[in-house]
Amino acid sequence: MSELEIYQALTAIFHDVFLRDDLVLSPALSARDVEDWDSFKQIEIIIAVEERFGIKFRTREMDSLNNVGDLVRLIASKS
Amino acid sequence: MIDLYWLPRIEHWRERCRHLGEAGVGVWDEAVALSRSRLDAVQTNALDAMLRRQLAGPPQSLADKPVRLALLGSSTLAHLHPAIRVAGMRRGLWVETYENDYGQYWQELADPGSALHRFKPNAVVLALDAHHLAGGVGAGSNAAEAEAALVETGERIRRCWRLAREAFRCPVIHQLALPVHPPLVGSNEHRLAGSRAGYVAALNAELRRMADAEGVDVMALDARAARDGIAAWHSPELWHRAKQEVSPAAAPMYGELVMRLVAAHRGRSGKALVLDLDNTLWGGVIGDDGIEGLVLGQGSPLGEAFVHFQHYARELSRRGVILAVVSKNDEKNALEPFERHPDMVLKRDDIASFVANWQDKPANLRAVAAELNIGLDTLVFVDDNPFERELVRRELPMVAVPEVSDDPTTYAQTLADAGYFEAVAITDEDRARSGHYQSNRKRDLLKASATDLDSYLRGLEMRLFWRRFDRVGLNRTVQLINKTNQFNLTTRRYSEADVLGVMGDPRAFGVQLRLVDRFGDNGVIAIVIARLLDDEAALIDTWLMSCRVLGRQVEPTTLNLAVALAKELGARRLIGEYVPTAKNGMVTDHYARLGFSAIGGPGDAARYALDLGGFVPRETFIAASEERP
Repeated sequence: MSELEIYQALTAIFHDVFLRDDLVLSPALSARDVEDWDSFKQIEIIIAVEERFGIKFRTREMDSLNNVGDLVRLIASKS
Repeated sequence: MIDLYWLPRIEHWRERCRHLGEAGVGVWDEAVALSRSRLDAVQTNALDAMLRRQLAGPPQSLADKPVRLALLGSSTLAHLHPAIRVAGMRRGLWVETYENDYGQYWQELADPGSALHRFKPNAVVLALDAHHLAGGVGAGSNAAEAEAALVETGERIRRCWRLAREAFRCPVIHQLALPVHPPLVGSNEHRLAGSRAGYVAALNAELRRMADAEGVDVMALDARAARDGIAAWHSPELWHRAKQEVSPAAAPMYGELVMRLVAAHRGRSGKALVLDLDNTLWGGVIGDDGIEGLVLGQGSPLGEAFVHFQHYARELSRRGVILAVVSKNDEKNALEPFERHPDMVLKRDDIASFVANWQDKPANLRAVAAELNIGLDTLVFVDDNPFERELVRRELPMVAVPEVSDDPTTYAQTLADAGYFEAVAITDEDRARSGHYQSNRKRDLLKASATDLDSYLRGLEMRLFWRRFDRVGLNRTVQLINKTNQFNLTTRRYSEADVLGVMGDPRAFGVQLRLVDRFGDNGVIAIVIARLLDDEAALIDTWLMSCRVLGRQVEPTTLNLAVALAKELGARRLIGEYVPTAKNGMVTDHYARLGFSAIGGPGDAARYALDLGGFVPRETFIAASEERP
């Protein structure tokens, strides 16, 4: 799956989780930049990503995520 | 992954959800429609959030009282609230939820000044996590220590149940613990007295026994985990990260399990299973293939699968679910397998309403509901044909239509997973119900042969046995009070504790009435509760009746009884009350028909009075007498 396709799929997930269609994903985007992006939303995103891409994250991998770029790289390495 | 797979996917769900309230459709109705689809956790949260942006409280039009549900627990539960609210939405119920401060469930139950008490719940779910419960034992514990811990934990939970019931007088649901502990021994884990895995299993078994004795319902998460796999319900990673014992991915199913029980308490479970015939009950098309061409019975996997499904349907009917048939067929063809096919498990007498013709299925489902005197929202319709399912969903959105596959091996489990017929008490009435409906058919045949109504009613040889409320009949009394919607003058819901209150009140009476006729025992079919308002007037607080005995003079016979019992209390006037709801229009004129005079009433209610001094007992064809248990 290309990086572009991952961004597209992630954008749909973020729009559903935050109920905002104006959210534009970039590698540097992180929880600090988005209102409501708390630890619960983080888990909701992870669960949706696991379901969407058919992958499973390990605890260390989840801990290492600092921004959208990290998440995209992690998905690319697993799918 | 657990999935609400029996619900259909809806086209353009995402757009409709995002634009909730913009299309001019009623926000609530649109949300209810969207909730009746195969939602995952993210969609569930999105629908809940969108609705709450649009509506701050329950819509005015709602017939059912909003659910105020307190979710009490020892770990993180916040991620389960949206799914509980959406599962309520799916049943047309507005749900407000409350959760105790982290870990404070016991303190909040015990403190009458707590936020929990101010919330005033009308349903309580106690969800204690397995780590919390099993904290008192370990592999070093001996048998006596493990047993003592089990007793102590059981007693602590019993005290929680009692505190909740006494404070809120509402249904209390206990979520059994998930088997999250990995075993230490292996298959013979039970030989290690202090095994936490074994302890949780033993505690769940003990809580089931205790719950039956205490009038509490369990929510069997352990049974779900046995079926779905513990990994579907619990992620150790998320437990360590967020103290979420139930994985957020399983939240939609968790909400379902909670709301099925709450809905069952409100009499909102399914009542009838309506079955298509061709390729649903047997393989093949009877009109084309003939009886010899049907795939049914031993000899082929498909034929055995249909037999299995028929068995499941018959078992459901024996525990109180009414069976009906709606089929596009000539009636003669449709009946033939029931009469002649040796492998048919279901017989004609198992089917309370049999509709086979060439009309469309929505029209025939209406006919079934009318014949059985039950609401369309209590029907579950199983049809292998996707076209028919869509048509019924579009025309009759209140009818439950599971998204079955074309493989009959899955039908029974699909019905079970969908939880349509969730029940909280199994009474003798439930077990006898299918018999009642068979007898109804025979009564109808007599009706057709009798030339006038009087000779029909006389020919029924009806006897009405009445009994004051007692513990023997308590389950049935509470069940009837809480599920009767149509013939119900005031629709007041009573808990067990409330019924016990009536039994102990010297200024009140509560009676249960059983109707027997030459075709059988109809069971308890009516309830009347009345109490003295002052020195001279008794108010009929509750009068309700099962619709299956309509038109048989039970009402005037019941009036005779109510008058006699009111006189015993010293009353000189009897006051009747009608409180209109969305469903009880059929009894608007009940008291006027019985000769009461309208006297106006408080609020929406209409009150009627009957002077007992000049009362002449009504003549009926029913012989009434008191019955001793």
